[in-house]
Amino acid sequence: MATKPTPRVRVPSQAKAGEMIEIKTLISHEMESGQRKDASGKIVPRKIINKFTAAFNGKMVFEADWNPAISANPYQSFFYKASESGEFTFTWKDDDGSDYVATNKLTVA
Amino acid sequence: MVSKSVELTRRNTLAMVGIAGLAAILAPRLSFADEKMVAAEIKKLYGDKTFESGKIKLDVPEIAENGLVVPINVEIESPMTDADYVKSVHVFAEGNPLPGVVSYKFTPACGKASASTRMRLAETQNIVCIAEMSNGKLHMAKANVKVTIGGCGG
Repeated sequence: MATKPTPRVRVPSQAKAGEMIEIKTLISHEMESGQRKDASGKIVPRKIINKFTAAFNGKMVFEADWNPAISANPYQSFFYKASESGEFTFTWKDDDGSDYVATNKLTVA
Repeated sequence: MVSKSVELTRRNTLAMVGIAGLAAILAPRLSFADEKMVAAEIKKLYGDKTFESGKIKLDVPEIAENGLVVPINVEIESPMTDADYVKSVHVFAEGNPLPGVVSYKFTPACGKASASTRMRLAETQNIVCIAEMSNGKLHMAKANVKVTIGGCGG
């Protein structure tokens, strides 16, 4: 992909203590499976985001290992039980070694 | 593969197709996963341990018109406390070129062992989901998805 993958994350900015919040993430990425052939019949080499992680105040909350079977522009949602104010760090790890990072603040009232 | 190509070349309709051409047609199919490959993959992870049914809600469409984007939601019944939570979840596809779809690691901080994503499916097949609880118990669920247009290769 010509453009750098851009992550989009939907997290409520405020939550009550003990409230279950749903976090929805989306990142633009072609997720080249390594199974597809180009016009000349050559296999297009694999290039996917192989790992997605979510941490809150530096502590790991949720991890997903993605295989080539994950669709292009991968979507991932999961839950988090709010307990304290802080910051989420979401990281997407690409096959080529690059990391795409997004951070979101959460205020717990 | 050998037996398959012999069988097919016997047919008059395919007599015109050369062996090379036939191999080219069959080759991509051969690399597809099947039930055995998924079972081997699970065995690699958990050995000969037994799986219980129940606890897993595997939500996939019955019919997927486009195999490129098939929504999947897994939800595992668990209190998600420090003492009792879902540790990991693996999802496999029995009819894709590669059996693995996604693996999740949950923590008690999730509050709920539920996650959604979108996957590619090459053809009509079974989706297998296994979940490992913090006490070591294993659960398994299967669901069939009918795929109208495959989502791999092309």
